[in-house]
Amino acid sequence: MKRELPLLITAVIGLFMILSFFVPHHVVSVPADFLQQCAVIVVAFGYVLGGANALRVNLLSIAKRQSDWAYKLVLVVSLVATVVIGLIEGRRWQATDSVSMFLYNQLYSPMQATMFSLLAFFIASAAFRAFRIRTVEAGLLAVAALIVMLGRVPIGNEMTSWLPEGLRMGPVQEWIMNVPQNAAKRAILMGAALGVMATGLRIILGIERSYLGGGD
Amino acid sequence: MGNPTRSPRALVRAILVVMACVGSVRTSAADSAIPVPPAPAPPAGLTYEDVPNDAGSGIRLTWRRSPDDSVGLGRVNGYVLERGTSPVGPWVLVDSLALGTTERVDQAMHRNTPYFYRVTAFGPGGSTPALANAGPAIARESWFNSTRASVLTFLASFFLLVLYFMSAAQSGRKPFVRRLAGIDAIEEAIGRATEMGRPVLYVPGIQDIDDIQTVAGLVILESVARLTAKYETPIRVPVAYPIPFTIAQEMVKSGYLNAGRPEAYDPDSVTFVSPEQFAYVAKITGIMLRDRPAAHIFMGAFFAESLLLAETGFTTGAIQVAGTANVHQLAFFVVACDYTLIGEELYAASAYLSGEPRLVGGLKGADVLKLLIIVTILVGCVLETMGIRGLTTWMQTQ
Amino acid sequence: MKLTALEKLDRRWLFLIVALLVLGPMLRPIGLPLVPSRPVRMFHDAIASIPDGSIVLMSCDYDPGGKPEMVPMTKTALRQLWDKHCRVVITCLWTGGSGLVDETVEAVAVERRAEGKPVVYGVDYVDLGYKAGYEAVMVLMGKGIHNAFPQDHHANPTSSLPLMKDVRDYSSFVMLVNISAGYPGTKEWVQQVNSRFHLPMVSGCTAVSAPEYYPYLQAGQLRGLLGGMAGAAEYEKLRGEKGLATKGMDAQSLAHAFVALCIVMGNVVQWSKRGGGGA
Repeated sequence: MKRELPLLITAVIGLFMILSFFVPHHVVSVPADFLQQCAVIVVAFGYVLGGANALRVNLLSIAKRQSDWAYKLVLVVSLVATVVIGLIEGRRWQATDSVSMFLYNQLYSPMQATMFSLLAFFIASAAFRAFRIRTVEAGLLAVAALIVMLGRVPIGNEMTSWLPEGLRMGPVQEWIMNVPQNAAKRAILMGAALGVMATGLRIILGIERSYLGGGD
Repeated sequence: MGNPTRSPRALVRAILVVMACVGSVRTSAADSAIPVPPAPAPPAGLTYEDVPNDAGSGIRLTWRRSPDDSVGLGRVNGYVLERGTSPVGPWVLVDSLALGTTERVDQAMHRNTPYFYRVTAFGPGGSTPALANAGPAIARESWFNSTRASVLTFLASFFLLVLYFMSAAQSGRKPFVRRLAGIDAIEEAIGRATEMGRPVLYVPGIQDIDDIQTVAGLVILESVARLTAKYETPIRVPVAYPIPFTIAQEMVKSGYLNAGRPEAYDPDSVTFVSPEQFAYVAKITGIMLRDRPAAHIFMGAFFAESLLLAETGFTTGAIQVAGTANVHQLAFFVVACDYTLIGEELYAASAYLSGEPRLVGGLKGADVLKLLIIVTILVGCVLETMGIRGLTTWMQTQ
Repeated sequence: MKLTALEKLDRRWLFLIVALLVLGPMLRPIGLPLVPSRPVRMFHDAIASIPDGSIVLMSCDYDPGGKPEMVPMTKTALRQLWDKHCRVVITCLWTGGSGLVDETVEAVAVERRAEGKPVVYGVDYVDLGYKAGYEAVMVLMGKGIHNAFPQDHHANPTSSLPLMKDVRDYSSFVMLVNISAGYPGTKEWVQQVNSRFHLPMVSGCTAVSAPEYYPYLQAGQLRGLLGGMAGAAEYEKLRGEKGLATKGMDAQSLAHAFVALCIVMGNVVQWSKRGGGGA
């Protein structure tokens, strides 16, 4: 019963949501909307579980003085401080002089930007290390990559300004993006969409059931 | 139909307020010297139509423009569309619309209720009462959205094909599945982690459970956990969202149970991190650099973090296997990881790993539908080239 | 030094070169000429073609991580819209983005006030702020904007704002300008709003996600597309502005050229190794 009931709920709700895509009548659309709103509420409760786990795992590590306990202390203090400050300030957090806004502008914002900007460095090292031309196909790929990379920025057009308009890097990269890139992308997307449907069907029919856990 | 002109002053006042709001009236001392043009001629031919295939939530109104509706003439600033529950009002504003407009779908009414509509042209010289109102218009709800018939056809074919091949596989005709090097590499990677006495890191993507890639990633996690249980190697699963976090716990527990080693399951092997993209990345790269897992497995939806994870992972010397259907991130994984599952391979992985006949049969069903789609595309191209639009029109949904 | 020695090059040297290549042009711009591409021209022309004074929905779905790419295009789009006296309703579907989006919008509003072209909050623009729920919010907005956002970013009741009196649902807008750094973003707006409510749409997105949206551009679901900082810079060029993106383009040009060089050098090293090994 512990497994059958969840499987039944999954199948009924799954098929009902598929039905709601085809039936606009309120008999179907109103409960479907309600179910979607329920999902948002369930997710909100999930955060309580998640937050509790984050606190428990990190506090345990601190208590046991595990090798990286200092980092975990920073995490726990930051987590608790942000929540407490948010609770104290309430809706005033959006005021320009609020502590929450200070945290957002002076900590959150630069840390986010820093992490994202690391990509520029990592792309350079990955390009140097891993982009190896071992076959003809890889060679074609590399040529296309170079054209798109340089054609996207002014330097590419500048380098090929002596060529006729249509052969400069800008227009050529646009053609690569519009034609071969688009075709390959669509093919992969269609395949992936079928995969999505197949996975959904397996779950609705209860063939894929490992997510229910190991108990019987 | 009657021509209601109750409280025309109130209407004009309301219109002037609207005009002032849209900035279409500029009142100044200079303007007061310019003679006021006459009121515009009224729009005509107001008709209504229930929007088909909806939940009774729309009525489409169309009318003919006022003969004075021209930018050069400056007599018309726009139109006011109003709705009433009887032919004589009271009238409620539906919208004020720019000049040149001849259509508006009213979506702010109740289904199965009769309404009457009127449209009025307004300009600097005032407003002209609507020539005639229209109604009763009733928005009726449909039981079937017929524009989605094509989707239903493909969905039904897909379900039937998958079910057929599943039952065929169960009765012994198991289809051939090509080798997926990326999946084969997982066991090798876990074996290597065991030899080195280091953990395995499993990342189920950065999306919530409503993204099916996360579901696929979590399904594969069960098989991976079974292998780590078999090899007695610890597994680390940092998760970004709370619902996938609880499911990941179940998956790992299930894997250990199915491997016959439930006592080895460590509840802290699955941890909730944060849905915040780069906080999640910081946690995972922290695990990579401090715990030095010997195998990194990335299966699910990834965005900008893909290269940050894979490139940091590379520096630790771990074997890296990735799989995602986020096409724009595939290039990063292909370059920086040892093996990559591309697009649908991610969804096929659980069937491949388990070898369960019904799951493998499902793959065959999806392949046959793919063939059907390819044929449809080719036929569609030919028909479009010949100027026959029937198939394309049938495929368009709303 | 032998070429093969480069294979063991400490990657921090590469990082240092990238840092210098990015920093240099920021301090001393080179001024490489920009040529607006077709998707960018389409974006510009799509906004130019909407009637003056129309109401436009602008969804800014990003957070500080996407600031260098997203903020310049948000600013330029706002300037173009306000030059046409369009009234703009702004939303944000990213948890960490509403503060940055409000700051960006206010920066442009302050700039216009200084130029003597004032815009008034509540009349010319409204920032509805963040709403949790991703695609569910998009669908909810179709049933009524006031329903989805009962309060604006500054906790004012939405119904109290003059501009919002003219806004009901998607049919109140002539266009959706989506500036997005990922999920939820352009793809979801196309699927949930453009397809269902037929609201014309243009998109500004990160460079990495731009290729994913080309099919939408080709199919006419997007009327224009700005891809990353390059797209933003080309857009600034079309608008005659010399904004943040234009300033960043020299740096990006050199960084792209360096990455291209890395690919070439990596392969040269590989080939020389093979040659040296007598292969």
